Amino acid sequence: MALIRVDDLHVHLGESHVLQGVSFEVPEGGVTALLGRNGVGKTTTLRAMMGLVPRRGTVALAGEELTRLRTHAIVRRGIGYVPEDRDVFAGLSVEENLRLAERGPKPRYELVYELFPELKVRGAQKAGTLSGGQQQMVAIARALLNDNPVLLVDEPTKGLAPLLVTEVAAALERAAELTTVLLVEQNLAVVARVAQQVVVLDMGKVVHSGPAAELLGDPEKVRALLGVHGGSH
Amino acid sequence: MSTFVLLTITGLGLGAMYFLIASGLSLIYGLMGVLNFAHGALITVGAYATWWMSTKIDGSAGIKLLVGAVFGLAVGAVVAMLIELVLIRPLYRRPVEQVLVTVGLALVLNALVEAIWGFDARPFPVPSWMIDTTSVLGASIPNDRFVEIAAAAVVLAGLNGFLRFTRFGLIIRAGVENRAMVTALGIDVRKAFTLVFAIGGALAALAGVLSGVYYGVVDPGRGTSLLIFAFIVVVIGGFGSIGGTAVAAVAVGLIQQYANYYASSGLGDLAVVLLLAIVLLLKPEGLAPKVAH
Repeated sequence: MALIRVDDLHVHLGESHVLQGVSFEVPEGGVTALLGRNGVGKTTTLRAMMGLVPRRGTVALAGEELTRLRTHAIVRRGIGYVPEDRDVFAGLSVEENLRLAERGPKPRYELVYELFPELKVRGAQKAGTLSGGQQQMVAIARALLNDNPVLLVDEPTKGLAPLLVTEVAAALERAAELTTVLLVEQNLAVVARVAQQVVVLDMGKVVHSGPAAELLGDPEKVRALLGVHGGSH
Repeated sequence: MSTFVLLTITGLGLGAMYFLIASGLSLIYGLMGVLNFAHGALITVGAYATWWMSTKIDGSAGIKLLVGAVFGLAVGAVVAMLIELVLIRPLYRRPVEQVLVTVGLALVLNALVEAIWGFDARPFPVPSWMIDTTSVLGASIPNDRFVEIAAAAVVLAGLNGFLRFTRFGLIIRAGVENRAMVTALGIDVRKAFTLVFAIGGALAALAGVLSGVYYGVVDPGRGTSLLIFAFIVVVIGGFGSIGGTAVAAVAVGLIQQYANYYASSGLGDLAVVLLLAIVLLLKPEGLAPKVAH
């Protein structure tokens, strides 16, 4: 059964019609990867789902329409968001970044520190002085701190060293045991490792959706849809 | 030496008033991106509300000032909240309209004060001990200067404590950096907007009260004249930075006093504009930009 249903989503940014009727479903549990070439509207799709850009169309979570809600209310319905550029608060400490994200009475610090023990050690450090990888940990930790039924995660491995990519992928796998993840990711090895479903965008529209293994197992299709040499590597 | 001490403490007193006005302006712009040109009118409203209340109660000048100031600060906070809720909130993401509305509101509020109480200055309730002087290193310093400096120091410490140790403070500090991300964490940042406007209004009103004590009178043009220097302080200090605002306010107050005395009377304002130009050339983002610390 679909936990999230996106239907006929349109976004105009200036003169550009970035999303031209995007429709897809995200099943409950596991990771669904949102794929596509650069600039096809993956990040805009997540931002539109979060209400961070003006949009038309519908986004429903477990049957409840979200598009009439403001961003903070969408988050309170249980959608956590990890933005593309991490967007940690540079002037706040790691501990303050996490404290800011607390919503319920029982923030899941045990889970967060189990996944990223480094954050406990660096609690007093200003987030702006962390490395890119550590900032990514803070961004993911903020979303995992609350018991969100859904996480939208935008390019979490972008610009990270290989070792950190592995660490982030492991965190995503762990997160997917607890929640449903919609992941924008360019690294197909990470997609192959964590995702069960894929949705492919091109020119602001969905051009493919289905099981991840089926797409990644077909190098011709990967080349045609994503413009890269792919497969399960 | 005694002249230098007098100029320094008077400059610090003036800087204290600039800080009280500029800190609210700075937080409002840093968090919301709103240039509030009506902030000067809140100074006037606070000062007149204090004066009005002082004429309605019996007691010593001290009691009148204290009760009047509490009333004036409350009026400043409430008027600022109403401005945010009624006029600014529908215009977020429309900066040109915001500027037009706040400029128009400043004109309306000033005209309203003039229509009700006239153009003439009104005597402010100032206790005699504030007019008396205290000798510091040979200089006779009017005691009100110490009150102004102490009030600003208490506000600075209070604001820092509020920003550092409360959840609303945490939200404001984060919102100054990236308010979209604050909402993406499930926080209704508009509540922080209203609170910051209320704090800014109360501080502007406090500056109005202290300016009444400093000048001994209150007049309809008070807010506008102080607002110009407060904007300069905000630009020099960096939008959204309380620490930067405090440093800039002291610098502007001192430079004005020194230049007026040691160069030529009237050169103080020019010296402040020169300081602004130098900071804009060397550090266009201000001394400590975009971090509400």
